[in-house]
Amino acid sequence: MFYYSIKRLLMLIPVLLGMTLIVFAIIHAIPGNPALTILGTKATPEAIHSLNRSLGLDNPWYIQYFSYLKDILSGDLGTSIQTHTPIASEIWPHLAATIELSFIAMIIAVFVGINAGIISAWKQNTVLDYTAMILALIGVSMPVFWLGLLEQWGFSIKLQWLPSIGRDDIRNSVDPITNLYLLDTLLQGRFDQFWMVLRHLILPSIALATIPTAIIARMTRSSMLEVLKSDYIRTAKAKGQKMVWIVYKYALKNAFIPILTVIGLQTGLLLGGAILTETIFGWPGVGLYIYNAIQYRDYPVIQSGILVIAFIFVMVNFVVDLLYGLFDPRIKYR
Amino acid sequence: MPQASQAQLDPSGAPAKSPMTFALGEFWKSFRKNKPAIAGTIIVLLFIFFAIFAGFLAPQGINDQNIRLKLQPPSAAHWFGTDDFGRDILSRILFGARLSLRVGFLSVIGSIVVGTLLGIIAGYFGKALDVIISRFFDILLAFPSILLSIAIVAILGPSLNNALVAIAIVNVPVFGRLVRSRVLTVKEEEYVMAARSIGMGDARIIFQHILPNSIAPIIVQGTLNIATAILDAAGLGFLGMGAQAPLPEWGKMLSDSREYIQTAPWTVLFPGLAIVLVVVGFNLIGDGLRDALDPRMKN
Amino acid sequence: MNEALLQVENLKKYYPIKGGKFGKVSETVRAVDGVSFSVREGETLGIVGESGCGKSTTGRMIMRLIEPTEGKIIFQNRNIMELSKREMRKARKDIQMIFQDPFASLNPRHTVGHIIEEPMIVHRMGDKKERQKRVEELLELVGLNAYHARRYPHQFSGGQRQRIGIARALAVRPKVIIADEPVSALDVSVQSQVLNLLKDLQKQFHLTYIFIAHDLSVVRHISDRVGVMYLGKIVELSECEALYNHPQHPYTKALLSAVPVPDPDVKTDRIILQGDVPSPAHPPAGCAFHDRCPAAMDICSKEMPMLKTLEDGRKISCHLY
Repeated sequence: MFYYSIKRLLMLIPVLLGMTLIVFAIIHAIPGNPALTILGTKATPEAIHSLNRSLGLDNPWYIQYFSYLKDILSGDLGTSIQTHTPIASEIWPHLAATIELSFIAMIIAVFVGINAGIISAWKQNTVLDYTAMILALIGVSMPVFWLGLLEQWGFSIKLQWLPSIGRDDIRNSVDPITNLYLLDTLLQGRFDQFWMVLRHLILPSIALATIPTAIIARMTRSSMLEVLKSDYIRTAKAKGQKMVWIVYKYALKNAFIPILTVIGLQTGLLLGGAILTETIFGWPGVGLYIYNAIQYRDYPVIQSGILVIAFIFVMVNFVVDLLYGLFDPRIKYR
Repeated sequence: MPQASQAQLDPSGAPAKSPMTFALGEFWKSFRKNKPAIAGTIIVLLFIFFAIFAGFLAPQGINDQNIRLKLQPPSAAHWFGTDDFGRDILSRILFGARLSLRVGFLSVIGSIVVGTLLGIIAGYFGKALDVIISRFFDILLAFPSILLSIAIVAILGPSLNNALVAIAIVNVPVFGRLVRSRVLTVKEEEYVMAARSIGMGDARIIFQHILPNSIAPIIVQGTLNIATAILDAAGLGFLGMGAQAPLPEWGKMLSDSREYIQTAPWTVLFPGLAIVLVVVGFNLIGDGLRDALDPRMKN
Repeated sequence: MNEALLQVENLKKYYPIKGGKFGKVSETVRAVDGVSFSVREGETLGIVGESGCGKSTTGRMIMRLIEPTEGKIIFQNRNIMELSKREMRKARKDIQMIFQDPFASLNPRHTVGHIIEEPMIVHRMGDKKERQKRVEELLELVGLNAYHARRYPHQFSGGQRQRIGIARALAVRPKVIIADEPVSALDVSVQSQVLNLLKDLQKQFHLTYIFIAHDLSVVRHISDRVGVMYLGKIVELSECEALYNHPQHPYTKALLSAVPVPDPDVKTDRIILQGDVPSPAHPPAGCAFHDRCPAAMDICSKEMPMLKTLEDGRKISCHLY
């Protein structure tokens, strides 16, 4: 197990290096002179020349890449053109917002998806099964941004049940400690604010959870169908155990590996979907941060934002890989 | 010898029938029974019909503006209402089918061509090339797809065609990996060994033996990927990284009308419905094809 | 005797197994470990052994379908191992192969005519018309009909398919045919038909066969000389009748004693071997057979026996001789 973890960790290195290379290439492939972008069109040629030198832009690309790599390793993600602040220092609140949103969405997706899949498989070919599978089909075909707009229209504008914008109310904003607002309000004992933050989370997290929920439900259903047919389930049934007990205990344990894989893959979809969801719900996460950067052509922010998200995705899959062994004793770590 | 007596002499009895035709017949038999797949086919054919005949079907042109009639609710004259410029939404959705289907089909064809090429090189020739190409796929897949598309569009500049290219690039590893694993399987078949034993060259083995036996899973994956390509293109359009005004791309229509959601919800409702319908259609066909072509691929 | 047409010297195939920490090569499987033999023009050399003994690998290495780790393959005074990829493809015109599984070795998507024509296309023989005429000749030669060319493999029985495989191998007029278990997938009643066809064709076209099989009686039926393989090595090689009537190596004796005899009254002394064939990744030290050999001596576990030639021309690898 230990060697396996180390080996997997070492295998991450080429992927992470490749990621930085791609992100580096993006910024250098963008047409136009970065110095010109930073200084504006009225800059003098001398100013552009000196900025080029101070940015190292007169060096060959591989030297530039290595200095970029060095910067990243030392925690320097560049400076925002728009705010002139180091990105590393301003990205955390955004990152925390995205993590909170994605985490809640993942919990919804796993809980609803797995249960819907199990019930569908258990009650195969009943109205319940058909309904769940039609909903799942529509779920995988749903544009997240459209669903978000419909939610806002229904639950905020028409029914006025839930807030549709932001993480908290402007007149009652949360004092950030970790920037994970649910945690912060609990730490401060502000249960009124906790409730407010939770209300803000509901609509965007449901929108974000839709596609992963649908995919997890379909996946769970088909792997459960296979497991329910197997001999040891029949034995358990013959012994007279209650069906609910059998389904949840025996079958789920064995169906968990494929489900775990999907969860790992869905994280990517979730983090990608975050940019659309956050745009609609004005959720100040990395997605909105990147979106705003696109509007201002703030390329360093686009670059680092994408890099950070991809990094998280890779790490989540790394952890999922390690978790396999905990759920499936047949996988040997060699 | 006359044809008739030959058939009688022949021990196997059956008339010469290609396994391809045979497989197609079997496939159609099982696909036809799959009601959801047929429903999906009808939906997609309907949208293809809309796309081709949009010029005849649409009550108005896509840019016929009438400010006095802006944000009209659905009526007999404007079935889906009008938008903020007084343009007929139904007409724009019909023309929009052209854009979405084009992005869906062309980007997937692009991904299939490049992905297949790389997958064959990696799977058939192996060794260092395989390591390099597979690592390249790993790295591309390490990015959430929409973020990578955004990054590529940022380089190329926002437009529908660049969104198409970006989506095609992002999906290359999906087909690349698929083809690579098919090649690795088929390569071990004895008839490929036999082909090498008669002195056949690599190119001929690939085109005569390996590719024809890898087509089914590519078609299944391709159909499912048209669905996601259409969704991604709409998403990019929504973010302003895809189609630009005044193109009636569905995602772009949604982002243009989101500020009117309170006063004119139909401007948001119908473009979104169009996206969901066509994507459901492709997903249904894809699932049906998978069940019919290769039951083992059911996940 | 004719001179050797094909000579194999010290042929080896080692497969590294990656494993352990950080993918180091932890062990090597010696699938074929120093095989040498020669084949004379017009004869049939049989190679027998249990599954996994390396006989199929040997056959495929002669065609360089599997690249040998080490060794020489001399065909018509040329070392095949030194040929470039392109030259090798040309050389395959002279050496053709018949495969074990007649269901798997024919591409199900191609017509029989195309399958047989393909080698001629590859080696640029004749124009389309000539090739098609030859396809029809070949089909009749192997006992099928000319009109079968338009059919697909799934429309034929196993025996018929193997005939198609033979026709494909004959298409480019090869000198040597390597037959890798050509009848073991067939019904017993069909086996002898295919074997007799192979014998007839050999006479007609002066072919040289390397016949690989696990079935001892099949090999006896067709071979002039027979080599017995055990764990990647040849343990005994001799004239066919001499080998079957007077086996010398303990392993050959054990193998032959296991062949069922049609007459129930004949009592045979069956030699039952102890244990299983060891893994080729961990062959026993010394003689690879010593841990199962009823006649094992002290030296057998220490020293590997060399391949010796006995007075009757028989080659054997055993410390008893």
